[in-house]
Amino acid sequence: MDLLRTSQLCKSFGDTHAVDHVDFAVAAGEVLALIGSNGAGKTTLINVISGLIRPDSGRVDFQGTDITGASVHHKIALGIARSFQLVNLFDQLSVRDNVTLAIFSREGRTRRLFSLADADSAVRDEGAVVLKEFGLEARGSALAGGLSQGERKLLDVAVAYALRPRLLFLDEPTSGVSTREKAPIMDIITQVVRSGGITAVIVEHDMDVVFTYCPRIVAMHQGAILADGTPEQIRNNAQVTANMLGTTG
Amino acid sequence: MTTTAPRRTLAWAAPVLAALIALPFVVPPYQTVLLTYGLVFAIAALGFNLLLGYTGLLSFGHSAYFGMGAYAVAFIVKYAKLESMEAFLLGGVLASGAVAAVFGVLCVRYTKIFFGILTLALSQVLWSLAFKFFWVTGGSDGLRVPTPTLLGGAVRAGSDKFEFLSHRYYFYVLAVFVVAVALMWVIVHSPFGKALQAIRDNETRAEFVGVQVWHYRWVAFLISGMFTGLAGALWVPLNGLTTPDILHWTFSGKIVFFTVLGGFQTFFGPIVGAVIFNYLETYAVGHTVYWQMVLGIVLVALVLVLPAGIVGTVRRLLARPVRAV
Repeated sequence: MDLLRTSQLCKSFGDTHAVDHVDFAVAAGEVLALIGSNGAGKTTLINVISGLIRPDSGRVDFQGTDITGASVHHKIALGIARSFQLVNLFDQLSVRDNVTLAIFSREGRTRRLFSLADADSAVRDEGAVVLKEFGLEARGSALAGGLSQGERKLLDVAVAYALRPRLLFLDEPTSGVSTREKAPIMDIITQVVRSGGITAVIVEHDMDVVFTYCPRIVAMHQGAILADGTPEQIRNNAQVTANMLGTTG
Repeated sequence: MTTTAPRRTLAWAAPVLAALIALPFVVPPYQTVLLTYGLVFAIAALGFNLLLGYTGLLSFGHSAYFGMGAYAVAFIVKYAKLESMEAFLLGGVLASGAVAAVFGVLCVRYTKIFFGILTLALSQVLWSLAFKFFWVTGGSDGLRVPTPTLLGGAVRAGSDKFEFLSHRYYFYVLAVFVVAVALMWVIVHSPFGKALQAIRDNETRAEFVGVQVWHYRWVAFLISGMFTGLAGALWVPLNGLTTPDILHWTFSGKIVFFTVLGGFQTFFGPIVGAVIFNYLETYAVGHTVYWQMVLGIVLVALVLVLPAGIVGTVRRLLARPVRAV
């Protein structure tokens, strides 16, 4: 059974069909890439599925249950997490606190008013493990706002990962970082995702990154799915090549 | 707002507390009473700052909760004929909590200026009620509150009210203050407190780690209102009288002033700010009829020179040599 399935999902902004009758499925354990030029509807698709915006029509099923209108909170409880293209962090909290907050939240412990967060050694230890996996262990005490762009991108993913999701959406995890930094970031992310048995959908702009790291690629164009296949198939798909190389957005 | 280790905080909080305990035996009673006012305002500012410093919401209506705490005490005296301070505190906290619970539902869906204006408008509703319903509230004359009995009637005022206020009542306020500070310190360092700070820093992301933003803001609003209401209840016996002035938005402005003066990005800033403001105001009023102008100039100067507030600036100065190494 598919972990996630969308049926005829639509979202328009004015006359623009950002997501246009999309049927899209993800099997458990997959790591797939969602590609497309600017304005192809990748981020909107993720926003609709993760609950940031509501679809106009269509349906989203997760593990066979309709979650189209579910709240963000409910979707997270079911195991759907996401990172953000423009890094969304808690800038005045330490790197450690950014991650441990996700752990507290997952465990339903953010309702605790009368215990010290730092005194919870189980959460602190788990936070330390997550930071280590993402290569951020040396930065634990720094404020998130003081990290470099590459570190911020990693922390953004680490916060989502600390929720221990079943399905993780990564919206352009390497955007805004130098080409040299991209490979190390993707190495860490794919390593963590695979070892954690997490199903991941990675939105990516950089074709080199996509072809290297993702065994399945879904290409979008003008709100619709244009192609779906292995890197080899996508590379040889004339429509994809025309649209990805073209200047239209 | 970096986390301060409990031990490091205790290391300097303990001597300060010892000094506060010794104070009434060293300084004239008038000074002790003045400080009592300062400590009471500090509790109000501490509650206020849970919203401003930790949740990122600027309330311009905290006079509502302070005033509600004060009027609840006056009503307890007027209708229930009780004079027990414990009953006053309980009544004050519950009444302000009830008002905060209702106002909070209306306010927490908004942020920034919209939140500020809404809290201001709601507090002005209470002010006009206190003003107009004079047969209940005494109108602009207010309601008198006699000297209470402390600790379930075990401690009573003698013939010298001033002596009572400057010693027994001072220690009572100090004890409540210490408990309130400790409680708030734990709250802001709890997982719940971290969630509030996360909401302050990034509402969208907080929602996407599973924090129900409105719900958490409402709880913060409620706690904030109750702390400020507690301060209001402690304030009335000191003042002997509550009037609609305490519900007016200008008093909300004072609570904002306490907090900004001390530094809203620090835990202890609002406390220091409230105590210092109280001295500033008292001496400005005592020395010149233009005291409001003096305070205005101080505020403008502070915002320009010390944008991080007194505590924020001191902390920055102390941290500088360490950073240079």
